[in-house]
Amino acid sequence: MAKIVAITGNEAVANALRQVNPDVCAAYPITPQTDMMQRFSSFVSDGEVKTELILVESEHSSMSACVGASAAGGRVITATSSQGLALMFEILYIASGTRLPIVMPVVNRALSAPLNIHGDHSDSMGVRDAGWIQLWSENAQEAYDNTIQAFRIAEHMDIRLPIMINLDGFIISHSIERIEYLEDEEVESFVGEFRQLNPLLDIAHPVSYGPLILPDYYMEFRRAQAEVSTKVAQVVLDIAEEYEKISGRRYELFESYRLDDAEIALVILSSAAGTSKDVVDAFREKGIKAGLLKPRLYRPFPYTEIGEALKHLKAVCVLDRADAFGCSFGPVYLDIATSLYPYKEKPVLINKIYGLGGRDYLPEHAELVLNELVELAGSGKVKSYKEYIGVRE
Amino acid sequence: MAKAVTLKELSKKEVLLAPGHRLCAGCGAPIVVKMVLLASDYPVVASNSTGCLEVSSCISDYTAWKIPWIHNAFENAAATLSGVETMYRALKKQGKIDKEIKFIAFGGDGGTYDIGLQSLSGAMERGHNMLYICYDNGAYMNTGIQRSSATPFGADTTTRPAGSVVPGKTEQRKNLTKIMAAHNIPYAAQASPSHWADLVRKVKKALEIPGPKFMNILAPCNRGWRSRTDDAILLSRLAVETCYWPLYEIENGVTKITFKPKEKKPVTDFIKAQGRFKHLFKPENEGIIKIFQDEIDREWEKLKKEEACFAS
Repeated sequence: MAKIVAITGNEAVANALRQVNPDVCAAYPITPQTDMMQRFSSFVSDGEVKTELILVESEHSSMSACVGASAAGGRVITATSSQGLALMFEILYIASGTRLPIVMPVVNRALSAPLNIHGDHSDSMGVRDAGWIQLWSENAQEAYDNTIQAFRIAEHMDIRLPIMINLDGFIISHSIERIEYLEDEEVESFVGEFRQLNPLLDIAHPVSYGPLILPDYYMEFRRAQAEVSTKVAQVVLDIAEEYEKISGRRYELFESYRLDDAEIALVILSSAAGTSKDVVDAFREKGIKAGLLKPRLYRPFPYTEIGEALKHLKAVCVLDRADAFGCSFGPVYLDIATSLYPYKEKPVLINKIYGLGGRDYLPEHAELVLNELVELAGSGKVKSYKEYIGVRE
Repeated sequence: MAKAVTLKELSKKEVLLAPGHRLCAGCGAPIVVKMVLLASDYPVVASNSTGCLEVSSCISDYTAWKIPWIHNAFENAAATLSGVETMYRALKKQGKIDKEIKFIAFGGDGGTYDIGLQSLSGAMERGHNMLYICYDNGAYMNTGIQRSSATPFGADTTTRPAGSVVPGKTEQRKNLTKIMAAHNIPYAAQASPSHWADLVRKVKKALEIPGPKFMNILAPCNRGWRSRTDDAILLSRLAVETCYWPLYEIENGVTKITFKPKEKKPVTDFIKAQGRFKHLFKPENEGIIKIFQDEIDREWEKLKKEEACFAS
């Protein structure tokens, strides 16, 4: 039986972690994640979980301890944001290269400089190619649901890869929303027992983790890792199907919103997708065939599936809450462009950068973009492929 | 007090670092590792920072480690082992594991004195039940003999080469053993492979003490020290006898010198067999040897005074 509550995204994810009851959690405080790990620490202090906490001295050590604990053979979590994720950068690759199913909520926040504690996607986008699975959430409900599914995905025997659950800093992490909790027993039986694979603590069968691999073998190793990620999408779909049975909520690789018969569309991640959907509805009411695509599994990116979903459109705008400072396009734009490239007939594609460092993304912004797409679908004339929106000129 | 062991007893035990590893001939590090692992009467799980020992002992399909071993990165042997040890406690509490296991981290001086200091300090402060061992060869040997904060005063290294203006390293070494003792951990010690009985006794003792322990063990490197390949034990003995590398332990804050040379040898006895100090013997560099000697004397006197404070 579902329990309906009004809580913040941080609390929702902390509660999901409590229900999963992992063996070890390493934590270091960073805004806007802090509140999530504080709540989880209270569960530890009150004996509501069996988890052993490691209150480390940095995020670098946090991820290092997660690697050790996961290799030792148990369920391991941590959480971070922004600079913390950046400090973990080196060890993120080690966690994925070692195939350790660590679960990490990332409360997305801007990167310095200038220092800014508010929501944007620069942090997770900066590590999008570190070999971690990335799931993105639109609201507290999705963050909660993704967290529970994340354990099953990461620990799947075909995969054994670490996973990030992304939720927008403050917008999701600190706003109170209505969400439905599953019962503790439902979560417990859904995630099941952790299955060890070559645990370091098996004294009778000593293993060596983290060897040096020379040029004679390194590429084969990397290719094997790349092949593993090709299996992720199917596992994500299978687990979503199982999850639907206990929750009634359906998840896919991405959400297609009024997309099938659409002529123009927005592609947008996480919380801003909610605002955009309302505006899409308003355009539909005006008789304009607008739609939206919201990626959920962002890494590994489901290029084929997304290309198929978008190829019939006339004009598409990808909205990125992170910029690329090498004078490139936003990261999601690059992936969408790649997914459309193989098709002869494809939509005109433009990129807008929005909401950096917590700048509000308003319905007027979506409206502005959709109006531009209407014009673009008619004329085909692009005034600018990449632009900032919601910024003072 | 751990009882003394005999060579005969040790010789009956299995050597847990297999031959066939690719460390240089005459390297001090594997000697230290073998002694440490021989000293343990418990199953050991080890972590290893990136460095000579790690890159040479576990390449691709081969491993020299007969015990469970994990390498993560350069600066996080202590943090990694914190995770392993915590998972051990978690699983033990849940009744999923029942064996008594000891945890030992191995790091070189670069991965310990320098880049790994924060991770080490954090693990010690958190009180993990582990023994951290620094095998100190006094430079970043694996990457080509660059100076570290453990490099001795005056030494010639590739990033502080002795030239016509700069006479090698111009700074004294960081006193890491004292820094670790200042964490108020129950046990910190220095050892040397030349004094094997002292080393083995200290490891045995450390493993019996619950909580975080630190040992700094000298590990001569003939490539970096520019010495002969069969000089590791001789040089580590001279390091002790000149008091460049005093053998002592700090147990619950109480300092005890575990070996006092009958006659303290001059530092020149230690450095003259090493090519990295060759330039110091030029007449214009006499003053540098004096500074080196003065520092050793000062530290040795300080150590003796510290010990005297606690003498009953």
